[in-house]
Amino acid sequence: MTTDITKQKKQEDAVSTTTPTRAPHSDVPTGHKDEGRVGAGLFDPKLLLKSLPDAIRKLDPRVMVKSPVMFVVLVGSVLTTVFSFTDPGDWFGWTISAWLWLTVIFANLAEAVAEGRGKAQADTLRKAKTDTVARRLVDDREEQVPGTELRIGDLVVCEAGDVIPGDGDVVEGVASVDESAITGESAPVIRESGGDRSAVTGGTKVLSDRIVIKITTKPGETFIDRMINLVEGAARQKTPNEIALNILLASLTIIFLLAVATLPPLADYAGTHLTMVVLVALLVCLIPTTIGALLSAIGIAGMDRLVQRNVLAMSGRAVEAAGDVSTLLLDKTGTITLGNRQAAEFLPVSGTSEADLADAAQLSSLADETPEGRSIVVLAKEKYGLRERHQGELAQAEWIEFTAQTRMSGVDVDGRKVRKGAAGSVIAWVRERGGEVSEDADTLANRISEAGGTPLLVAIEDTDGARILGVIHLKDVVKDGMRERFEELRRMGIKTVMITGDNPLTAKAIADEAGVDDFLAEATPEDKMALIKREQAGGKLVAMTGDGTNDAPALAQADVGVAMNTGTSAAKEAGNMVDLDSNPTKLIEIVEIGKQLLITRGALTTFSIANDVAKYFAIIPALFAAVYPGLKQLNIMQLSSPDSAILSAVIFNALIIIALVPLALRGVQYRPMNADRMLRRNLGIYGLGGLIAPFIGIKVIDLLISLIPGL
Amino acid sequence: MSPVLAGVLQLLALIAALALAYRPLGDYMARVYSSDKHLRVEKWIYRGIGANPNTEMRWPAYLRGVLAFSAAGVLFLYVLQRVQGILPGSLGFASIDPDQAFNTAASFVSNTNWQSYYGEQAMGHVVQTAGLAVQNFVSAAVGIAVAVALVRGFARSRTGELGNFWADLVRGVVRILLPISVIAAIVLVACGVIQNFSGIHEVGQFTGGSQQWNGGAVASQEAIKEVGTNGGGYFNANSAHPFENPNPFSNLFEIFLLLLIPFALTRTFGRMVGSLKQGYAILATMATIWLGFICLMWWTEFAHHGPAFEIAGGAMEGKEQRFGIGASSIFSISTTLTSTGAVDSFHSSNTGLGGGLNLLGMQLGEIAPGGVGSGLYGMLVMAIIAVFIAGLMVGRTPEYLGKKIGTREIKLAACYILITPALVLVFTAAAMALPTPGNSMTNSGAHGFSEILYAYTSASNNNGSAFAGLNADTQWFNSTLGLAMLLGRFLPMVFVLALAGSLAEQKPVPATAGTLRTEKPLFTGLLVGAILIITGLTYFPALALGPLAEGLAT
Repeated sequence: MTTDITKQKKQEDAVSTTTPTRAPHSDVPTGHKDEGRVGAGLFDPKLLLKSLPDAIRKLDPRVMVKSPVMFVVLVGSVLTTVFSFTDPGDWFGWTISAWLWLTVIFANLAEAVAEGRGKAQADTLRKAKTDTVARRLVDDREEQVPGTELRIGDLVVCEAGDVIPGDGDVVEGVASVDESAITGESAPVIRESGGDRSAVTGGTKVLSDRIVIKITTKPGETFIDRMINLVEGAARQKTPNEIALNILLASLTIIFLLAVATLPPLADYAGTHLTMVVLVALLVCLIPTTIGALLSAIGIAGMDRLVQRNVLAMSGRAVEAAGDVSTLLLDKTGTITLGNRQAAEFLPVSGTSEADLADAAQLSSLADETPEGRSIVVLAKEKYGLRERHQGELAQAEWIEFTAQTRMSGVDVDGRKVRKGAAGSVIAWVRERGGEVSEDADTLANRISEAGGTPLLVAIEDTDGARILGVIHLKDVVKDGMRERFEELRRMGIKTVMITGDNPLTAKAIADEAGVDDFLAEATPEDKMALIKREQAGGKLVAMTGDGTNDAPALAQADVGVAMNTGTSAAKEAGNMVDLDSNPTKLIEIVEIGKQLLITRGALTTFSIANDVAKYFAIIPALFAAVYPGLKQLNIMQLSSPDSAILSAVIFNALIIIALVPLALRGVQYRPMNADRMLRRNLGIYGLGGLIAPFIGIKVIDLLISLIPGL
Repeated sequence: MSPVLAGVLQLLALIAALALAYRPLGDYMARVYSSDKHLRVEKWIYRGIGANPNTEMRWPAYLRGVLAFSAAGVLFLYVLQRVQGILPGSLGFASIDPDQAFNTAASFVSNTNWQSYYGEQAMGHVVQTAGLAVQNFVSAAVGIAVAVALVRGFARSRTGELGNFWADLVRGVVRILLPISVIAAIVLVACGVIQNFSGIHEVGQFTGGSQQWNGGAVASQEAIKEVGTNGGGYFNANSAHPFENPNPFSNLFEIFLLLLIPFALTRTFGRMVGSLKQGYAILATMATIWLGFICLMWWTEFAHHGPAFEIAGGAMEGKEQRFGIGASSIFSISTTLTSTGAVDSFHSSNTGLGGGLNLLGMQLGEIAPGGVGSGLYGMLVMAIIAVFIAGLMVGRTPEYLGKKIGTREIKLAACYILITPALVLVFTAAAMALPTPGNSMTNSGAHGFSEILYAYTSASNNNGSAFAGLNADTQWFNSTLGLAMLLGRFLPMVFVLALAGSLAEQKPVPATAGTLRTEKPLFTGLLVGAILIITGLTYFPALALGPLAEGLAT
């Protein structure tokens, strides 16, 4: 199978020269789609064949014992086989034994296929983890050591073309780094010392410049090692819910074991002797083999679905917790709104025309490469038909760059000085030049602020003196479909809280527009932490995303903390998931994948237990109708013979495992809806379906068996 | 009036009476177990037994109280029977043999009230009144106490404290069981049930010969026999005996009494967890199964097969003329779906399928509505199992009443549901495999097997009714049934209390739109299905060889 990673590896050489600091947000949600949003994992029947050797290898009792249900089937298979040897002429015993072995192998196959998909990814990752030679700095001198000998705290130098030898933080310099080996994203990213972009990952490649890295992890425990372990399932530990389900399945197995083990003396009294083969067949049909066989595949596939979305869950526990999340903390920027504010309108002061304002605004922004600046140019072009002038056209133009001190940018050209910037700064600039500040300017700016926008004042100094022309309304643009998505989340019982550094006024306006339930304005990391603790004290599970070092405590506190891959290593360490695409909107999908995992488990458990009814109706009359003819009335499927009835039930029991492997790997189709509707739907499909399906399946198999001549 | 119509009218009257009592009694019981005041008589009792009723207990302490108190009860009752021969007021009856004394002690302390003796020929006034009747009260109060502890586990959070066992026990007796029993006994006396301490009367029979009748404090014991879902009759014929149950009204009244507290406890539960709707959902689950079983019983008992049945208007063998098929069916279903085990007809004489319904009713774990207390906690454990599976299907870690059902909770619930099937099936298989126990059967074939299956089902589920016919007064049956009763009563309590402690420690999860709504009819349907499939199917092979083989025989 192909993964994004293999595809992207080929593109390694064709790296573009643009260097965005974040991977582009490729998947902006688009609201409802008819098909379930999560799901749709690949399933190739060929994988079954390919995984067969692994499935056979898993017959080792030491491996099997981890799944109590399937272990019982294994013991049963051995018993029936041994008993068949004592009566080699008995085709029935041999056939039952064969199908029991197949039942066990099918179960192992399900797990092997699920693991196989991860193995392919792991192989690709291993290629990235070639042994590197590190240039270690000792007392300002470089020495060459193998990457595996690096220890925490070592300083290493990397220059263009070097593969970074281990995980660490940049302590000196700035460089562009190709992280496609782990993220599958070909566009290089900037890594620099200090700040929130200092983390580098071993196995990635420096494309330009020189950096000094302080190693933060031991060899063998690096991010890429952990990733390999995760996708291979080597580090897979059973999650709490999986353990609980296993206990329930084990206890059902014990109950049915008792029911079958106590049957022989009862049957002897009734005047019929039950052979070991028949007893084992009955037992295997009754214990919940379907879910027992698929349980671990479901768990592996759930993790795998996350990996396919470029999310690494550091523990299965986090994936389950994601399904339980009741509060989502979403950063405003990049999650709810498009990354940047955009110019929405030009509001001139009285005495100035809109066109003049637009012209001045565009002129002042030509050299402004920030998204805000670009949006002003675009708005002027689209709304006022002003041609976008290139910087080169304006000779002798002097571009004034934005600085934190002046808080303005602009241009001096043809004797005109145009400035745009924060209200206070621009007003001060005009006053400095003896210009008059019209009252409109303040009113307009305030009105924009109150509406949640950001006002940018535009001023000019020309032959008429310095004056304010008007205000540009910069607005946060809420992503398409977010309102619908929050509506869905609300129906699923999940509260959304928008986190923003904006003032409460702005925050409220955007919160209203996006339709989130609540917002936290002027949020500091401490505020975030306090909010999480408050929600958790009320028994809620909280999910959040973060990338900065100051997010780390909150990421650690949250039940589901998704760190952006672009973030600091402290953030990645604190969170329990890492999003390689660094797309905070993905939090919503993570929640859905968590829910889907739990639903798949529940649905197949229900199906498995409901199956028992039909199997009883097949086997009990077959066993006892000879001594109590009245029990023939229980043979409501009208199965052709007792042997055929038992065999059909056993065959159905084995085949249903294979039939459900795709469902286990793909996950039950999931659509956001409230619990009532979801229960009704799943209970209808898997509960009622589980009651009815085996009646039909067993009957069909029996018909086929009865066609075999000589039986 | 046709017998069917009579049955329906009696059922409607019964439901109306239960509905009337439901709210006041349920609310009253919630107040009893939530109040922090002690009555004067209660204070005397606490001083007498040296208990401090105000200390909160964690689950191990609560369990120690339950076990210590019950062990003392078994010992006292055993000794009392063993020395009956030298006690005054014993009507001259001898001391009881060790195995039967053990069986009876286990039986009454475990709220089973299985009787391997003939009351009128073995137990004198002292043992009946000071021994058996006392246990009728306290064993019932222990059951309610454990249920209340589990309810507190749901209602409380961030604490492991489940209340005080001694306070719950004493209040259950003093404020609930005694007052209801006093009123009930007066009504029963008014109906004609006897209440005296007279000796043995020699009475001539119409057909010649003579019969011994003895008196006794029957009405008072009859009241608590039903109210506490005990079921141990003063006389061997139990509620079929005219001194215990003289007429159709007293019959209906006794059914009312044995269903009264188990149904009303669902209201108490709803009150205490702060959501009456949750209580109604549990009530609806119990009522659905109860009504369904009654309808099935009517269907099989009224069915006309063969000339004798047709003349009698149904399967009248073993039923009292004064009650008829309708009321006898309601009684036999109600007694086997609770842990009562009192009978007004011979279950052994029911049709094959009818006897199967009695068996299945007990095998479901007696949770619809079940014994006093034990029915509620049994149903809540099943609800936890159902929530666990259904909760997953809504995409969340399952939770019930705001408490997460995690590994620990499911482990305890799984152990709980394992116990009774293990006891029933292992003991039954052992009895069938060994050479001698089978000699106790009166019948051969499938019906004979049903007798043994019924005995262990009844004992392990603490029902106490018998598929009359089995001679259970043998060393084997006295010992194994006694063991089954004790293990079937107290092992589940261990897990229930541990579960309560685990739930009480949790912090509550607030309900959202994503939470499984356990107060909805859909959940009730799911719970009924889970109970029938998970507990019912366990017994399918055994039932096929007994009642099904008999009932389906053509």
